[in-house]
Amino acid sequence: MILVVVEYANGKVSKRTWEMVTAARELAQQKGGNTSVTALILGSNVASVAAEIARAADQVLVADLPALAHYDSEPWSAAVAQIATEGEASVVLIGGSRSGREYSPRVAVKLDAPLLEDVISLKATGGTLAAQRYTFLARVTETIEASGPVAVVTIKPGAFSPATLRAEAAEQFDVDLNLPTPRLKVTGKTAERSSRVSLVEAEIVVSGGRGVGSAEGFTQYVEALADHLGAAVGATRAIVDAGWRPYSEQVGQTGKTVQPKLYIAIGISGAVQHLSGMNKSKTIVAINRDADAPIFKIADYGIVGDVPQVIPAILAELKK
Amino acid sequence: MRILTYIRHVLDAEESVQVANNTVALENSKLVMDTMDEYGVEEALRLREAGTEAEIIAVAVGPARVQEALRTALAMGVDRAIHVETDTRLDAIALSKVLAQLAQQEEATLIFSGGQQADWDSHALAAATAERLNWPQATWTSALELKGTTLTGKHDVDEGSETFTLELPAVVTTQQGLNEPRYPTLPNIMKSKKKELRKESLDQFNVAPKLNFVKAEIQVKNRLNKILDGKDAPAAAAQLIDLLRNEAKVIA
Repeated sequence: MILVVVEYANGKVSKRTWEMVTAARELAQQKGGNTSVTALILGSNVASVAAEIARAADQVLVADLPALAHYDSEPWSAAVAQIATEGEASVVLIGGSRSGREYSPRVAVKLDAPLLEDVISLKATGGTLAAQRYTFLARVTETIEASGPVAVVTIKPGAFSPATLRAEAAEQFDVDLNLPTPRLKVTGKTAERSSRVSLVEAEIVVSGGRGVGSAEGFTQYVEALADHLGAAVGATRAIVDAGWRPYSEQVGQTGKTVQPKLYIAIGISGAVQHLSGMNKSKTIVAINRDADAPIFKIADYGIVGDVPQVIPAILAELKK
Repeated sequence: MRILTYIRHVLDAEESVQVANNTVALENSKLVMDTMDEYGVEEALRLREAGTEAEIIAVAVGPARVQEALRTALAMGVDRAIHVETDTRLDAIALSKVLAQLAQQEEATLIFSGGQQADWDSHALAAATAERLNWPQATWTSALELKGTTLTGKHDVDEGSETFTLELPAVVTTQQGLNEPRYPTLPNIMKSKKKELRKESLDQFNVAPKLNFVKAEIQVKNRLNKILDGKDAPAAAAQLIDLLRNEAKVIA
């Protein structure tokens, strides 16, 4: 069995889960026989999530428990390890989200299994699982291999295409779990709020850096263009640190990794830490006054010019 | 109490990456302490300066060169260092076995490690170590305060951030924004030369790699590099929009 741990938000299955299902189906096919794709949902009040994923998996396991109302690495890893052991999973697929990256190592240790992190490709041959992943701040592509009865894998968002749904729904089973109590006590939460599309799932991302001049400049140029294109908004570490934008919009090594169809970098010079979060975008556009800025080296299209002149001109052109 | 700060010796982020013989070649490049780990060293020093009585031990696993990073940590102010020498590249799950055993041998109750490795882009070491020790973890911290054995702080989660509290022992990951790491001063560099840097052999830790590293390659996506002069902004804008609509076909 290939076990997929379902990620969801606001009662809906996340895009990266559909991508994991694709990876799981490919693995099941490579492994052959009657290898099944089993989806596991951890949470509280997750009936809508279960109904949705049932149209993609061969079997759905649901742990709908009050104790799972909030994510914590300890119950999450205990739950996944227990289900993987009971179901004799050969591969456990976990999302390459912050939480997925945080509890997957615990699952690997519990199962005495190898951990293949943030993979962009997977291939099962006999008892060997090969994968590709990015290293050196996403500048190098590395091939790794693991063997053994079970492997834990986190999937990089955007690497696999989302799975297609089936007409008929798979059977759902409730599961009983033995869960530890979280020892990290959460005393407050600051949620990300945005009226725009989710940064990691957006087809178009418009990002701004110091070259937009100020927080007001960001609104005037970056947000205006994003709104016109129906795009998500991103920011560099520098302007998040300066307090111009919230951390939730940060793209790069310590922020989010994005891989949209179109990435527009406005007033961003292109520090390697920022590039590692966006250099796999399909088409990259850069607008910067400095012709020597590193961002131009990875740009498909660019304009060397002042943001306050160029962006209003682009907006005027789009409105024609 | 004892604090372990796990540190790594990696390619400077400003250096270009070279690949030779299916592996990343580091011989002619500038190597530094992983900046993500530097925040952990700094935070340990700050917790002590804020009143916690603590011995701070820097730990590194790797070839002889990683001692350079340990020397930097000693010069920043940690008390002593442990170098587990090996030329074998260990994945995070295997490596966590070494770190967990060292934490037990040293009776440490707090371990710092960088949130993401600048070379292998791995996030797994801290959580794997916490699991082996049966300790809780706080990842991606951006603020920390220690009172007795109670650690409070703030950290980043999937969609936003949380404030938290936990009881030591614990493993904590660090990142940019947590603090501003200090530069070693000349007197501290001189003093650090007398500090203990203990060498250990990997053999005693009974650890085998869980992953086989097959090859590394640089896959450069060919970019079009059509860069327009923006002196005439409306003309450049018109040309860019035309390219995006009709050549790249990425906007309507």
